[in-house]
Amino acid sequence: MSLLLEDIHKRFGAVHANNAITIEVEKGTLHGLLGENGAGKSTLMKVLSGFIDRDSGRVLLDGQELDLSTPKTAIQAGVGMLHQDPLVFLPLSVVDNFLMGSPGHRFLNRAEGAAELRKISEPFGFNFDPDAPARTLTIGERQQLEIVRLLWLGAKVLILDEPTTGISEIQRVDLFATLRKLADQGMIVIFVSHKLEEVEELCQRVTVMRQGRVVGETALPTPAERLVEMMFGQVITASDRPQVEHGEDTLVLSGVTFKEGNLEVADLSTSVAKGEVIGLAGLEGSGQRTFLGGCTGLVPVSSGTITVGGRSMTKRRYRDFMRDGVHYLPAGRLEEGLVEGLSMTEHFILAGEDKSFFIDWAAARKSSEESIGHFSIKGFHDSPAESLSGGNQQRLLLAMMPPGLKLLLMEHPTRGLDIESADWVWTQILARRDEGTAIVFASADLDELLRYSDRILVFFNGRIIKEVEARSTTGEQLGFLIGGKEPE
Amino acid sequence: MTLKARSKRSYANLAPIALAVLVAVVLLVLAGANPFEAFKLMGQGAFSGWTKTGETLMAWVPLVLAAAGLIITFNAGLWNIGIEGQIILGGVAASWAAREVGGPGWVVVPAAIIAGALGGMLWALLAGVLKTRFKVNEIFGGLGLDFVAASLAVYLVIGPWSRQGVASTSGTDLFRDEARLPTILENNRLSLVAVALAIAAVVFVYYLMRGTLFGLRLKAVGRNARSAFLLGIPTSRYMLGAFALCGVLAGIAGSMQAIGFHFKLIPAISGGYGFLGILVVLLAAFRAAWIAPIALFFIAMSRGSTQLDLRLDVDSALGGVITGILVLLVILGGGWQMRRLKRRVPA
Repeated sequence: MSLLLEDIHKRFGAVHANNAITIEVEKGTLHGLLGENGAGKSTLMKVLSGFIDRDSGRVLLDGQELDLSTPKTAIQAGVGMLHQDPLVFLPLSVVDNFLMGSPGHRFLNRAEGAAELRKISEPFGFNFDPDAPARTLTIGERQQLEIVRLLWLGAKVLILDEPTTGISEIQRVDLFATLRKLADQGMIVIFVSHKLEEVEELCQRVTVMRQGRVVGETALPTPAERLVEMMFGQVITASDRPQVEHGEDTLVLSGVTFKEGNLEVADLSTSVAKGEVIGLAGLEGSGQRTFLGGCTGLVPVSSGTITVGGRSMTKRRYRDFMRDGVHYLPAGRLEEGLVEGLSMTEHFILAGEDKSFFIDWAAARKSSEESIGHFSIKGFHDSPAESLSGGNQQRLLLAMMPPGLKLLLMEHPTRGLDIESADWVWTQILARRDEGTAIVFASADLDELLRYSDRILVFFNGRIIKEVEARSTTGEQLGFLIGGKEPE
Repeated sequence: MTLKARSKRSYANLAPIALAVLVAVVLLVLAGANPFEAFKLMGQGAFSGWTKTGETLMAWVPLVLAAAGLIITFNAGLWNIGIEGQIILGGVAASWAAREVGGPGWVVVPAAIIAGALGGMLWALLAGVLKTRFKVNEIFGGLGLDFVAASLAVYLVIGPWSRQGVASTSGTDLFRDEARLPTILENNRLSLVAVALAIAAVVFVYYLMRGTLFGLRLKAVGRNARSAFLLGIPTSRYMLGAFALCGVLAGIAGSMQAIGFHFKLIPAISGGYGFLGILVVLLAAFRAAWIAPIALFFIAMSRGSTQLDLRLDVDSALGGVITGILVLLVILGGGWQMRRLKRRVPA
């Protein structure tokens, strides 16, 4: 028995999220799917589990083409997916959750369900109280419940999307043991992750994706540097930028801990000088976003101190940071930057200095057209933000930035942009740097990090594990650090 | 937007209206009435003679005021379901002033209107504080406050403000003449003050949303609070501002009901104009310029349809059915257009 994905394509607008994906997975293997965030892994798995429709391509199980048009038909065809956040209804009992997706039953038979649950759980050593509310389960137990439920529904292929994200080390070991047992029983298990060492530990084969394509497949074990190279590509940047003179420190963090929900980014001590560019590297969710949010007052500081331009900003609010010349450009351009339905002129008014009560539309339109010309944004003064392309949205956001900033914080400044737009964005940012603005940016693009940063802070599990000079670092070394490993 | 696109859109808006008329015709035929006769009677019921026209306009005033207020909250992304309660509080506060404030009309009437505005504002701010400080969804908070306000009105009518010796839900004693809106015709409630206030409210809201930074910021908050916050807009304060302004207009609507229409406090002082106002604003697609004619149509439908009962033996609820269907079809039409638009543009 084998699962064959054949020439799968999926586009989201201009983004080719899955480009000619062909993968074959043999029965009884633990197959890893590795790639950075945005490589197209999740899209592919959503196609497989029926959450989104593919544009073209076929999926065959044992030579039989599968109907994957909805999650329901996917599980009927034997493909079950364990989501990153287990699909558990917290207020409902364990047995109700177990029975939730069961087909055809008009009336719930809880006694029978509880018996089935016990029967399937036993070989794995899972122990559930069927009447306990799902809320009382740990994340690891919720995953177990999901696995059992999918098995009961007849899953022959089990997909796990980043399953180790929210669970403890002990739970992870248990999960891996379960997965090995499932594979031994003849299941097809696909393990999706961006964590190198987990794939190395668990899987027998691995497929690596990058930018929507399959870039390689190999049996494991294999040397880690080969996997890193496949994940990130060959980094060609020679770090031969001229050394720029930096001024006094703009941003100083001493022993700072930021706390955002469950995520804690702890014990940060670093400084950014006037005219310096700092890159934040790391796998998505390692703490870079929290760091950026913390440096602009969006995420509370639970200990330590922050100063900007010599002024203490600890415990200050976002608007105080703004007033003090700190500007934040998040990754979600339409979600956290622009307002859908408002025109470019309206955006310029909202971001502008003029705070008079009545709007002078004629003047606003004129100055907006000037900015549109100056920043070569493709669109009109009355174009709504959502009608602009990603590159032009980013241009608009840069055009809206106030002058004379002390500190500019950016998250994925060029994500999803074509090369021309990306270059243009960096021209603008570097012009700011030359004016003396300190720049901090997070990126998943090693090339970008090495090319534009002076120093790079590498994040791993909510800590800065390393601080490196961009000029003397290679892409390979950086790739290792991002994966939580010390390069030899 | 080009002129062509705009005219295309208005045609698309007409389709559901035509469909609603068709449904109305079918319903009338099913009820055994001649549709043309029925429409004529409805028109007459609303507008024949000064008395009827006056009554219609005096019902139109609070509906327009409520709808104008709702334009503000809708633009701020808020479902101000609490508007019924805000109208009631306006009516209660205006009644209090009408009963307690002495002196001539030019003292009592403004006092009652201001009291109504403050009452409505207070009630709206309560919903606003629940929303912004305590994260209570404004729909639930507003609905709760609606019930509290309605109970307060009933309590006052049968309790402290009940008529001498009678505890009846039919209302308080009539206000004295000085505490009523000045009218222009004999035996007619039509008041120019009321009509002027309604028109002023529409003009105010139109310019507020179109020509001021406050209006633009409010729109930004309503469409994307996160982006608005990151742009430096104090989103909670703007939401409270929207609540307060809507409450003022709703409160004035309540005061019009009290001192311009019923001349007393009754339990149903809001007349349901708050909820009806939501339909008006939905039909107007949140644009201030449209609320006056749409509100007039709604009121004409409901007042005119009473004629159907009397003359054609068709239940007068038909007017409500027709307006309801109209709103439903227009919203459906909007959703359908959106879907078509999305399909054409690659995501």
